[in-house]
Amino acid sequence: MLRLVLMLILLVLPAQAEEVVADLSQDRVAITTNFDGSEILIFGAVKREQAVDDTAPLDVIVTVSGPSEPMTVRRKDRVAGIWVNTAAVEVDAAPSFYAVATTGPLTDILSETEDLRHHISINRAIRAVGAPEDVTDSPNFIQALIDIKLEDETYQTLEGAVELTDETLFSTRVALPANLREGEYATRFFLIRDGDVVDNSETTIFVQKVGLERLLYNLAHQQPLMYGLLSLFIAIAAGWTASAVFTYIRS
Amino acid sequence: MQIYLPIAEVSVNAFLLLGLGGMVGILSGMFGVGGGFLMTPLLFFIGIPPAVAVATEANQIVASSFSGVLAHFRRKTVDLRMGTVLLIGGLIGAALGVAIFNYLKSLGQVDLLIRLSYVVFLGIIGSLMFVESLNALRKSAKGAPVPTRRKHNWVHNLPFKMKFRTSGLYISVIPPALVGVFVGILSAIMGVGGGFIMVPAMIYLLGMPTKVVVGTSLFQIIFVTAFTTLLHATTNFTVDMVLAVLLLVGGVVGAQFGAQLGARLKAEQLRILLAALVLVVCGKLALDLLLMPSNLYSIGTGGH
Repeated sequence: MLRLVLMLILLVLPAQAEEVVADLSQDRVAITTNFDGSEILIFGAVKREQAVDDTAPLDVIVTVSGPSEPMTVRRKDRVAGIWVNTAAVEVDAAPSFYAVATTGPLTDILSETEDLRHHISINRAIRAVGAPEDVTDSPNFIQALIDIKLEDETYQTLEGAVELTDETLFSTRVALPANLREGEYATRFFLIRDGDVVDNSETTIFVQKVGLERLLYNLAHQQPLMYGLLSLFIAIAAGWTASAVFTYIRS
Repeated sequence: MQIYLPIAEVSVNAFLLLGLGGMVGILSGMFGVGGGFLMTPLLFFIGIPPAVAVATEANQIVASSFSGVLAHFRRKTVDLRMGTVLLIGGLIGAALGVAIFNYLKSLGQVDLLIRLSYVVFLGIIGSLMFVESLNALRKSAKGAPVPTRRKHNWVHNLPFKMKFRTSGLYISVIPPALVGVFVGILSAIMGVGGGFIMVPAMIYLLGMPTKVVVGTSLFQIIFVTAFTTLLHATTNFTVDMVLAVLLLVGGVVGAQFGAQLGARLKAEQLRILLAALVLVVCGKLALDLLLMPSNLYSIGTGGH
């Protein structure tokens, strides 16, 4: 039965007419001590096996998404003259970094249903289910989260930043900020016609601490007592050195 | 020059951190305060996650206090005996403080409580010191002899008397031990070394000479903050060594300058400056609570 349904679906659906082929200027970002952000060039082409109905223009969306984590958004209110956190909404998973680059205004080129299905816009990339009973306006909290992240550029809406040539070649640049978290950054490509996703593909940018950064991070987590003692040793040694140097200068 | 901090996972300007460390180091050497009550809010402000800021700051205080205390050792202005009594009280207090902190946490609103206790304690101590040292300064300016503080109050009628030769005191160990416990509790709750409470307590409650107070306070702070650093490093993994090194390089140099500056100032001047500093920080924290914040919303990591 299931097989029959699948066959029917395959018959009804046209063969994949357009495919996205994409690559990155680098798929590894090394966080070194003097890491100051990194710019990734994302480029690709649209592969066509057969002629396509091109009455609706082609659009391209590229998203880069950092590792997700739970967050709490708190709101202050005035209680007895002082400002106190009174309400909080927990967000189940929000990406630590999110950039969405498009060929045009997102709301014009992408339908709401497709956005819901693929979680493309920033709003949809954040997963928040339910709010505590005492909070009636949880969307305000989500919007506040997005505003704060847009402000410090860990969320970026780059409308019109994707350059599309002859509906075939596309390219864009995404600037990864200096305050970058380690992890796998999912990079997704969407071909859009008439609001619908025609094809999509995904690749990953690996962001990793290297060298001294890696060493210290591992030591702190694997040998915490050693790390703590080493920190104290450095502190005492530095304090003693400064004192000795100053005594020498004065004498 | 931007530096990426491995534990804090943010990129910051190295010179800014060196400068902040130096500034706080000067205050540390001058007044015998760890400077945590100044540095921790500054680190929040430049975008270091609060947990990392508190833990790393403790590590930096170890360095600047050590650098400062050596300078005081050379001038023989450290009362080791008094320091040890205070330290024993302090460690007991810190353990009690952690228990109180966890209890308050279970009630919620622990942040507010920390802020309020900052405002209240800084306010009370700052104004008391300010008024007292202003009076002392005015009297000495008139040429009248500065009255020595009461050498005999109830504090001197308690049992377990001990000689504190460096301080020139012969008093019971109970008051200094209690001061230690009290400061230990507060420092665990407020996340600071506690020098700004310890220094006035030693001057006004125990009647120690101001010159000895600073070195003795630094001596005690080293051990309390070292203990705190280890605790944070092993339980929360929040000590950032790169951040600590940048802060302490500035800090240890600053502490040396501070100790020299402090030696040149009169005791009354030193006290009035510390009082003014404490009041400024208190005023800033009070304003934060009273004025409407520019953004009502804030993001915290993790769920509850």
